Amino acid sequence: MLKGNFIDNLPKVYGIYTGGFLGFIIIMSIGEQMGMSAKAIGICFVAFTVAIYAIIGYLSRTAQADAYYVAGRQVPTVFNGMATAADWMSGASFVAMAGGIYFKGYGYMALLVGWTGGYVLVASLLAPYLRKFGCYTVPDFIGTRYGGNLSRFMAVVVLTVASFTYVTAQINATGTIASVALDIPFQYAVYVGLISILLCSMLGGMRGVTWTQVAQYIVLIIAYLLPVFWISNKMGAGFFPHFMLADEVSRIAELEAQFGFVKNSAENLKEVPKGLAGITKAHSAVNATPWAFISLALAMMMGTASLPHVMMRYFTTPSVKAARKSVGWSLFFIFLLYSSAPMLATLSKLSLIDPSLPTGIIGKSITEVQAIDWYQNWNQANLMFVSDFNGNGTLELNEFFMGGKAVVLATPEIAGLPYVISGLVAAGGMAAAMSTADGLILAIANAISHDVYYKIIDPKAETAKRLVVARVLLVVIGFAGATIAALEIQGILGSVIWAFDFAMSGLFFPLVLGVWWKRANKEGAIAGMALGLISGAGYLVWVRTGGSGFLGITQLTFGIFGSAVSLVSMVVVSLITSEPSAATQRMVDEVRVPSGRSIIGKQ
Amino acid sequence: MSKQEQHWEKSKGLLMMTLAIWFVFSIGIFLFGAEMNEVTGPFGYPLTYWFTCQGSLGIFVILIFWFANRQEKIDEEFGFSERGDD
Repeated sequence: MLKGNFIDNLPKVYGIYTGGFLGFIIIMSIGEQMGMSAKAIGICFVAFTVAIYAIIGYLSRTAQADAYYVAGRQVPTVFNGMATAADWMSGASFVAMAGGIYFKGYGYMALLVGWTGGYVLVASLLAPYLRKFGCYTVPDFIGTRYGGNLSRFMAVVVLTVASFTYVTAQINATGTIASVALDIPFQYAVYVGLISILLCSMLGGMRGVTWTQVAQYIVLIIAYLLPVFWISNKMGAGFFPHFMLADEVSRIAELEAQFGFVKNSAENLKEVPKGLAGITKAHSAVNATPWAFISLALAMMMGTASLPHVMMRYFTTPSVKAARKSVGWSLFFIFLLYSSAPMLATLSKLSLIDPSLPTGIIGKSITEVQAIDWYQNWNQANLMFVSDFNGNGTLELNEFFMGGKAVVLATPEIAGLPYVISGLVAAGGMAAAMSTADGLILAIANAISHDVYYKIIDPKAETAKRLVVARVLLVVIGFAGATIAALEIQGILGSVIWAFDFAMSGLFFPLVLGVWWKRANKEGAIAGMALGLISGAGYLVWVRTGGSGFLGITQLTFGIFGSAVSLVSMVVVSLITSEPSAATQRMVDEVRVPSGRSIIGKQ
Repeated sequence: MSKQEQHWEKSKGLLMMTLAIWFVFSIGIFLFGAEMNEVTGPFGYPLTYWFTCQGSLGIFVILIFWFANRQEKIDEEFGFSERGDD
């Protein structure tokens, strides 16, 4: 069926795959018409998609270091863009983002700006230069540019702290979805999720992860956009929601003014199940101070440019030029989902709170709301709650509570879409969480196997042995992550934001100055990484244990403090110690020239 | 100045321009979020709201492609561009 090599046939392969997936959705909806149960549909969606990823993972198996670490450096720009988008958009983006916008409005949307604006920094400051460098991992760049095992090791430490914080949240998300879709207890579902994740990455390393991530992107973007467009059309809000929801946005503002934001007493709030929230913030009005907004956006932007699992995706492109373009494509594919999240939040909110819509529940009697089918389902799932605080028998805006995940998970059902859409959304969430978890686990395992084992402990190790070590580490780290995830100690979104702050505290300036400041030396980089990470983590602990913080830096933006310390210490220590060797300076000059052979390949 | 230094000077200039545009749409405009939101923006959304859900995001996408093309031109000018592969 296919002539020529795999890379040339990519559009065809993924075209057939997309067609097949759409066909599968149609088969499922026919199944639903013929009486297939909701549970069976959910199982089919998750099982079918995960099986496909596993097959791709198996077909991508490899025994070559180049393929295992950087997918053979031949991933075309557009496909690398899709893979990066899947790598980037986590279970949290998929399931929780629209919910965050729904509840917090403007203050939360700083994350949208931050998680996209960061790519400008990636494209202009780092990705092309790291690609020219020709490294396998991010610590590989630090170790070679600054020299010495200590700098390399420090980079591995920062990478591990940041990525591990992030990965437990992703495994948690795969567990949540698997437990709902397959109807098994969470503690087991976490391991089902983990095994699915490892199936994609174990045999093929970066190559396997790349091609499964492309497949996962296709599933997750269909699963996100289809319901948004469908709901918008069904509500008569507009056939292309992104351009046509202005009336709905102003209608929400009107209703907010009409209902008012009534504050609930602490006693009443005790009744509300943990994790659920009411609508207390304006939808489209500016409800945060400029600094609160800007500091959060800035932290996320600098964090984006320091997260190794994203950066290493640009090591897989065929050239420096391709790396730059690929960042643009990545952001384009991310934009498709991010620009849809506020639209979903708008549609979801309006459909619930507008009394003039058939789905609206505010203003109805409490008993009437409690009798609605979907309310009962989601109440049982602990994602919805109503209570008659003022005793007037009618549901008020401040008496309705919902979990953040419910916006994505429940809106299709509320709007009366067939169950097949809910199954599709579960598959999409699973794809989003799996793809990010894969990228993260691989980033950690590769850094430890390549930088600690191969570069520091046993530089003479043969490729076969190195790849065995890499795979063993992959499994160990995966299980460690799953074990912590099974303890359920932290929420999904909080730990994701922390990961950005950790990464920027320790890595942002050592990476950027490595390219842009020739005078930066080993001592400076070590000080920057160590003091940045320690002061950032210290600030977090201080604020978490009751510290008041300063300059409005919160536990979500502690990276701003960490990276400032990192910058100052790196510059000061670099300047009081001797300048880097002539060879290192020549290396930096060469990194700045896009053509020619990579730096590491030459050695 | 050597060819390589000239190339780097031009690249730095492009970087500064890119970062300036980035700064305006990621930080600058949000200093005036409350005031700007009074204005009606594209498609009838309040202006600041529109920037947070589409405007800034879309501008970043375009900015990266613009940057990539400009940088490629600079590379070509100095003969540092790579052949083929996209």
